[in-house]
Amino acid sequence: MPTPIDRDRVQRLLSEGAQLVEVLPQPEYEEEHLPGAINIPLKTLDAETTRRLERERPVIVYCNDYQ
Amino acid sequence: MSPRAAWRLESIGFTDVYDYVAGKADWGSFGLPLEGTVGPRAGELARVDVPTCRLEEGLQEVRGRVRAAGWDTCIVVNAASVVLGQVGRRALASEDDVPVEAAMTPGPSTVRPSITLAAIVERMSKKKLTCMILTHSDGTLVGLVRRVDAEAALGAATSDPAASSGG
Repeated sequence: MPTPIDRDRVQRLLSEGAQLVEVLPQPEYEEEHLPGAINIPLKTLDAETTRRLERERPVIVYCNDYQ
Repeated sequence: MSPRAAWRLESIGFTDVYDYVAGKADWGSFGLPLEGTVGPRAGELARVDVPTCRLEEGLQEVRGRVRAAGWDTCIVVNAASVVLGQVGRRALASEDDVPVEAAMTPGPSTVRPSITLAAIVERMSKKKLTCMILTHSDGTLVGLVRRVDAEAALGAATSDPAASSGG
């Protein structure tokens, strides 16, 4: 079950090597995103597009806000 | 959207998945860095040395402190640094000695540090403001952006497009 986390936990996990994924469409990602985040839009999220993620490292997903 | 993405990742086989539900709006509202094509943000110009005072202080004492620091405004905050009001130029220019609570403008408009310079300049221009208070999304004070600084920085960014790229 995915774990909801807050900003402080995001920063801690990133310092420990977590991967960050923005799931908004590409134009919104290009406009602004968290440093180090990669973009995999929700609509394209599948086994193929997530191949660039390492399964043994934590993954944090985010979008704009509570939507 | 992110909860669905998190569940989708688990369905693909990822086992250590976290959902930052408050997302980049929350991140930016706390003045943390963002990258991308959006221009410079107001947080970069925040004057964190803006004087602050408490509701229960006397205006005379605050006036002296603010003037000594070379400012003409003071932000009223509580013990948690949440913005409650603003003591402006007019109140500071008067000779009244009343509690700050009686002299302040309550509930001043605030914006988040992640607002772009273009947007804050437009807002200040529209409302004929010389400065705007920046707060985090929980209402705590970040600092103050002066219109003159924002306009100058925006002009510089416009004349040098490379300077407006967030990276």
